[in-house]
Amino acid sequence: MSCQETQDLIHGYFDGELDLVRSLEMERHLRDCQACSQAHQNYQALRSAITTGSLYFKSPVGLQRRIQSSMRKAIKAETRRRMWSWRWLSAGAALAVLALLTWSFLLLLTRPSANDLLTQEVISGHVRSLMATHLTDVSSSDQHTVKPWFNGRLDFSPPVKDLTDRGFPLVGGRLDYLSNRPVAALVYRRQQHFINLFICPATSDPDGEKRTVTRQGYHLIHWTAEGMTYWAVSDLNVGELQEFVRILQNQTAPPPPN
Amino acid sequence: MQDSNQLARFEQAVLPHLDAAYNLARWLTRNDHDAEDVVQEAYLRAFKFFGGFHGGDSRAWLLTIVRNTCYTWLQQNRRRELAVDLEEELQLVESNAPSPEATLLQSADNQMLRQALEELPEEFREVVILRELEGLSYKEIADLAELPLGTVMSRLARARKRLAARLGLSAAPGGLK
Repeated sequence: MSCQETQDLIHGYFDGELDLVRSLEMERHLRDCQACSQAHQNYQALRSAITTGSLYFKSPVGLQRRIQSSMRKAIKAETRRRMWSWRWLSAGAALAVLALLTWSFLLLLTRPSANDLLTQEVISGHVRSLMATHLTDVSSSDQHTVKPWFNGRLDFSPPVKDLTDRGFPLVGGRLDYLSNRPVAALVYRRQQHFINLFICPATSDPDGEKRTVTRQGYHLIHWTAEGMTYWAVSDLNVGELQEFVRILQNQTAPPPPN
Repeated sequence: MQDSNQLARFEQAVLPHLDAAYNLARWLTRNDHDAEDVVQEAYLRAFKFFGGFHGGDSRAWLLTIVRNTCYTWLQQNRRRELAVDLEEELQLVESNAPSPEATLLQSADNQMLRQALEELPEEFREVVILRELEGLSYKEIADLAELPLGTVMSRLARARKRLAARLGLSAAPGGLK
């Protein structure tokens, strides 16, 4: 080992960080080389001067106490901060619940009513009957053919009248399905316009008021009479549809005793 | 409750190393008051990060934080001392030095050694402090200061050479030729 190498490695040796082989080489060199040996001794002297020379700064009295109290203060501040964020969180949660409640309330308010849903169903039934070339199950202008056809297909017997002489010829009848039950659908014609008349037993408001609704360009007239509820729907103008309903109401009214 | 448990564990593991923390901070800041501030801040930081400390050498862990806090503090509060060209100064000192004996050191003024150490640039000063006063191994110093092992050794070598020269010791082999 040369003096140059020694100069680099002497600190590793001196600090006990050299591997065994190189430590032995270093020892051999130090034994043989006066200058390097002197340097090594100098470093040892330096070390002892540093370690015994009261160069170590002991922490001042009271520092530990100050540190401890500042840590406790920091913890308190942190706890307070966390408590605040917890409060904000609860406030936020309360706000969210309120918003949800408001929203569901509004939803309830704007929800379509049962009547609206039924109206939509009636229109859909009408449109579907014209769309699917399934206007009638039984095609006849004879009320005595159409009315019995419903026997055994429905648990009620719908009143069927041919109104050909009043300008609304009966086209036929068909089974349909409204508001979760099978209903009778009678089909009438006025020129090129078809009228679907849905009939089923009334469940509520036995003699309900006649209502006229217009939706998607279709007119609906709804009424209840004699324990039956009726929906007349057509693209016919309102006036003519109302006339149809009026005729029908007169026809189905119980015949005056004579 | 959890906080007070944590605090108790922290105090048990880290408070005993207060002297080591203060010694390093004092040598790096070279001022009593600044050292206290830095140590106090370092302890708060250490407590904050204590959750991430999973056993091991708590002194080395604390010293890493103290060291980082010191450097942050020095950057914020002082213009970092210009690194003196060590080699150049070394030459100067060496050429002025006669040929003193190692025995002279025994009587060397402690004050002189202290001053010589304080005059070392921080990166040299810290390795001497960690090695000679804290007795850390090269590996521990390398981890703490995020340096390669070789750099630890070369910094120690240069620092010692300079200190020896300041104390009138001919440290380098062949330095007297």
